[in-house]
Amino acid sequence: MAKPFTTLTAIAAPIMRTNIDTDVIIRIDRLVGNSVRGTLGKWAFGALRYLPDGSENPEFILNREPYRQAEILVTGPNFGCGSSREGAVWSLQEMGIRAVIGSGFGDIFFANCFQNGILPIVVDKEIVDGLAAEVEATQGAGRISVDLQEQTITSPSGKRHSFEIDPRRRAGLLEGLDEVSLTLQRDDEIRAFQASDRVQRPWIHFARKSA
Amino acid sequence: MEKPGRTLLAKIWDQHVIAHIGDDTDLLHVDRHLLHDLGGSRGLLDLKSRKLGVHNPELTFATPDHAISTARGRAGTSKIGQELLASLRTETSAVGIEMFDIDEPGQGIVHVIGPELGLSLPGCLIVCGDSHTCTHGGLGALAFGIGSSELTHVLATQALIQRRPKTMRVRFEGRLPFRVTAKDMILALIGHVGAAGGTGYAVEYAGSAIRDLPIEGRLTICNLSIELGAKMGLIAPDEKTYEYLRGRTYAPQGEMWQRAVEAWRQLPSDTDAVFDREVVIDAEALIPQVTWGISPEHVIGVDGHVPDPQGTADPARRAAIETALDYMGLRPGAPIIGTPVDWVFIGSCANSRLSDLRAAAEVARGRKVAPGVRAWVVPGSETVKRDAVAEGLDKLFTDAGFEWREPGCSMCLAANGETVSPGQRSVSTSNRNFIGRQGPRARTHLASPATAAATAISGAIADVRMMDL
Repeated sequence: MAKPFTTLTAIAAPIMRTNIDTDVIIRIDRLVGNSVRGTLGKWAFGALRYLPDGSENPEFILNREPYRQAEILVTGPNFGCGSSREGAVWSLQEMGIRAVIGSGFGDIFFANCFQNGILPIVVDKEIVDGLAAEVEATQGAGRISVDLQEQTITSPSGKRHSFEIDPRRRAGLLEGLDEVSLTLQRDDEIRAFQASDRVQRPWIHFARKSA
Repeated sequence: MEKPGRTLLAKIWDQHVIAHIGDDTDLLHVDRHLLHDLGGSRGLLDLKSRKLGVHNPELTFATPDHAISTARGRAGTSKIGQELLASLRTETSAVGIEMFDIDEPGQGIVHVIGPELGLSLPGCLIVCGDSHTCTHGGLGALAFGIGSSELTHVLATQALIQRRPKTMRVRFEGRLPFRVTAKDMILALIGHVGAAGGTGYAVEYAGSAIRDLPIEGRLTICNLSIELGAKMGLIAPDEKTYEYLRGRTYAPQGEMWQRAVEAWRQLPSDTDAVFDREVVIDAEALIPQVTWGISPEHVIGVDGHVPDPQGTADPARRAAIETALDYMGLRPGAPIIGTPVDWVFIGSCANSRLSDLRAAAEVARGRKVAPGVRAWVVPGSETVKRDAVAEGLDKLFTDAGFEWREPGCSMCLAANGETVSPGQRSVSTSNRNFIGRQGPRARTHLASPATAAATAISGAIADVRMMDL
């Protein structure tokens, strides 16, 4: 079950490159194994964050103060495209990220965020660019506020923008709901569907090797 | 006013709604859940720790593909890869999930074996913890990738909460030119609409060039849907689909088969169905495609030139090109043809089926891999491997200097110790040229099996249309 998300005022780091894919967020070899949770924070954005010799790349924004403390990422278009690996979200979470703001996200990454209590916010590209510019103008000192109840983002200079969010997902984040338990409350409906579907599409339910 | 016609997507979707949950959001029944070694046992262990059971183990199937070595005897599978394999065996067997194990018919890349075994069927809703699950849409299934949490949800409930996507239809019209393949079609589309062009959509591929494609080509098309941002891609089933599926191990038989085909015939989009977006591609104008950058949208015809950032006015776009060229070690404005390569990888869920291997073999026959190039052929499944061996393709490839491997994901994603070394250049028939995808600092060019084989022979990116056969 995810931690509830209500409001957040935090340092934000703009990562504005287009098409930051989930391989760039976390390499697959960091995700091989059943006990990787808790080890991923330092490997997020590995290819950008570290030089080939393993030392930190001083050019990369998350290696600079105050961005090291960022809890919000302001992202370029199509952030989180690519693979379904939920480890991409885990790695962001483990480095302290709680919200991502962009003009569009990879569909599966977007869904995975909600499953882990991370709020992905989609707003127009002009708003995203404006937030990034304001943050950069204050060398990162200017904080961004997110209010999920009110569905607003407030920029460092106090500009307020509203955002849209699926009401079901909003409720899920606000209350930290567990989707599996909720769906299991509908198990009678699932079983009733299956009973009738067995009659209509028996080939789905009785797939067995044909000798 | 009459009700507008319904799309293939709407017909399949509506058939799977268990309950309406909210705005455009439904609880959907999952007909087939496919597990692999990277995330399968993790989900089953997660479920166990929550004291929950698997809702429908008989609708769930597993195979190892991602983390196993493709060397002979699976030598070189890492300790952690072996643990994942052992864990997949233990956890699936404990709950009665059928697993296709290494060296058994049925094992292979999860998106190759689903269709091959007849597990994936038209009108079926299929999920797997892998974004290339869209591949199965080539049979007219609604198939998409899910994350780990959703995977656990499906194990526990055999259902999934999803928001209905918008619909896009892409029509490829006209006859495909000589040696232009399904891979070239889909890469060209990604170049045309961009890597986010399909985000939020389910894409239906249609048009005469799609109808003309054999099923394996349609699977390739749908495989790369996610690379244009679309989690789901699908193609209406037709006689070719039924012919392909008839008699497959898990496909319905006898009277059940007749009933199923009758139902499947109702699935294609109605002629008056309306899509949220329409794209038309002239298939006759296509040429072999190859990527030059770090996103599948960075693609050009093989006779094209790498872009020059100087010629780009938009600063963000210029910076993106500079980043990509720097990573790829390419000169601005240079022709892509003739770029020397270190590696050629023929495999992955995009292009590792028998027809892909035949297309590569046709080019490799009687020739030799260029000195200094390492070229691998990794069949997509144990069955593909056995069929290829029966045709003598393994010998043809090894005679030509290719390495013939065991089935698995291999070098597509570098989760199994099989990587392109830092700074080395690879032409790959896989689906992602992301930074580090084939290994840290590896440089990947995506292309078709025929182009990859021609490149292996030439030692540099080549135009397969120029090769005499």
